[in-house]
Amino acid sequence: MTGRPSPLRLLRIQTVYQSKLFWRNPVSAFFTLAFPVMIFVVFSLVFGNERIPYLDITIAQYYAPSLAVFAAVSATYTNLAITTSYQRDLGILKRIRGTPLPAWIYMGGKIVSATYIALIGIVIMVGVGVAFYGLNLYGRTLPAAILTFLVGSFTFSALGLFISAVAPSGQAATAVANATLLPLAFFSGIFIVPAEDSPTWLRLVGDVFPLKHFNDAFFAAFDPQRTDAAFEWGHLAYMVLWGVIAAALAIRWFTWEPTAAGSTTRRRRASRVSA
Amino acid sequence: MAAIEVRGLVKRYGELQAVAGIDLTVLEGEVFALLGPNGAGKTTTVEILEGYRERTSGDVSVLGYDPGDAPREFRERIGIVLQETSVEQELTVAEALDIYGAIYPRRRATGELIELVGLTDKRDERVKTLSGGQRRRLELALGIVGDPDLIFLDEPTTGFDPSARRQAWTVIENLRSLGKTILLTTHYMDEAQHLSDRVAVIARGHIIAAGSPETIGGRADAKTMIRFKVAGVALDSLPLVPVRIDEGYVEIESGDPTRDLYTLTRWAMDNEIQLEDLVVNRPSLEDIYLQLTDDEVTA
Ligand SMILES: Nc1ncnc2c1ncn2[C@@H]1O[C@H](COP(=O)(O)OP(=O)(O)OP(=O)(O)O)[C@@H](O)[C@H]1O
Ligand SMILES: [Mg+2]
Repeated sequence: MTGRPSPLRLLRIQTVYQSKLFWRNPVSAFFTLAFPVMIFVVFSLVFGNERIPYLDITIAQYYAPSLAVFAAVSATYTNLAITTSYQRDLGILKRIRGTPLPAWIYMGGKIVSATYIALIGIVIMVGVGVAFYGLNLYGRTLPAAILTFLVGSFTFSALGLFISAVAPSGQAATAVANATLLPLAFFSGIFIVPAEDSPTWLRLVGDVFPLKHFNDAFFAAFDPQRTDAAFEWGHLAYMVLWGVIAAALAIRWFTWEPTAAGSTTRRRRASRVSA
Repeated sequence: MAAIEVRGLVKRYGELQAVAGIDLTVLEGEVFALLGPNGAGKTTTVEILEGYRERTSGDVSVLGYDPGDAPREFRERIGIVLQETSVEQELTVAEALDIYGAIYPRRRATGELIELVGLTDKRDERVKTLSGGQRRRLELALGIVGDPDLIFLDEPTTGFDPSARRQAWTVIENLRSLGKTILLTTHYMDEAQHLSDRVAVIARGHIIAAGSPETIGGRADAKTMIRFKVAGVALDSLPLVPVRIDEGYVEIESGDPTRDLYTLTRWAMDNEIQLEDLVVNRPSLEDIYLQLTDDEVTA
């Protein structure tokens, strides 16, 4: 008898394990981490590093934080929605459920690992910006940037788990995650710098969903015009609201056993293996 | 002491009554096998006992807990090998055992388990590279990684090659000798015969027979079957009355095989007759099982 492992130890093991799974799936790791950098490089090639007239900042100063947010959301929202759903299809969640591991530690491991990957995505993006595109950083806004990052990671992790709770299969979750994130990224000022005179409906869509709030709050920390610590409390509070609701619904609707729709994934895999 | 106590268990899936009121007692330290045709309700029963599925009605006690509402201690003391499951494809065998083992207060060493299920040379291979049978062996190892007191094995050796099956049997026998309780399901009658102290046959949600593998379904009282072929002999000259003659094979049922065989072989020797393909057989568990489940189907 060695005694029951402490929650902290279990959380650490689960986090390391989830991260391991991420790195061992090179395609998704590439899309999560390298894809935003590629977009950044392409945008810089296309637009040069001009100043955006009405914001009076360089292209890089705008897109580096925006695409860093995109990377963080890919690492949390998209990643958790898809992997968790596939793990359900494959019966892995069912296996976990049969062990004494508390559900919150399993989910905690997923969230901490996703947050860690999101951090790597942000660091790469900002690093590329500073190294090659003259991105300016401001020490006084660092606490705000970190807080925004943490709030955003929590909210989008919760949303990812919410998608995995409602999607009937891994395939469905993949479709839903991509079909929500990509359009929203356009509406939320991530791929397109919002024009001064953008239509009201577009602003409205952006305002309702949490992505624009994440983007705006994070950009504030990179905004050369700011002179304060750049905490965007309104945006942060709104994100927390989304996160809490998503988490509550995810907990309410989460299932551990494969659904009828999802079990075809398992069969297909099983038959491919035995073939 | 009973490790598992089930009274009047019923499980309905909509219209279908998958488990139709079964009673079951599995004693501590016992190996108990649930047998039955596809769709009989074995997995449903086992997964109710594991706490995965909710029962429609009935009383269930597993290690003294209600599995539908059990604390963490319950899961720390049981081990589960599901009928349909998988392990993370991207982990290695050793990593999977380490990660799952770390969850339990008591655990069996990874190296020891890998050796036990015969995966030593696959230790550092990714799960996705294992064959179906090797993966199943890993699942067996994962089922006992927490050194459980009670182990549920739902068709644990399906897909095993003959030698792997023997090896799994040895694993299960060792668990038994450590005093563990084991509830298993299987479609292999030789497996049930070899491993279990008691078996129960389920068909369409009912237990239709239960007992030791030696005595179930009247097996202990069943007559011995003597079977052989003779050529160029008038069958009415046989010293014993056959129950069946089938494509030249004569079958005689015997309640006293020592005496009847003597009568038969003396007659054959005296008349210089060859008893070709002579076989003396007691009904196997499989014969009894087929008879029981056949009755059920035609009933
Ligand atoms: N989740 C479910 N929803 C609806 N019906 C189910 C469900 N699970 C099982 N059944 C039905 O209940 C019956 C018993 O199924 P169960 O899986 O318990 O059989 P089994 O004895 O384990 O069979 P097998 O030997 O094929 O594994 C079957 O008719 C099956 O179709
Ligand atoms: Mg079954």
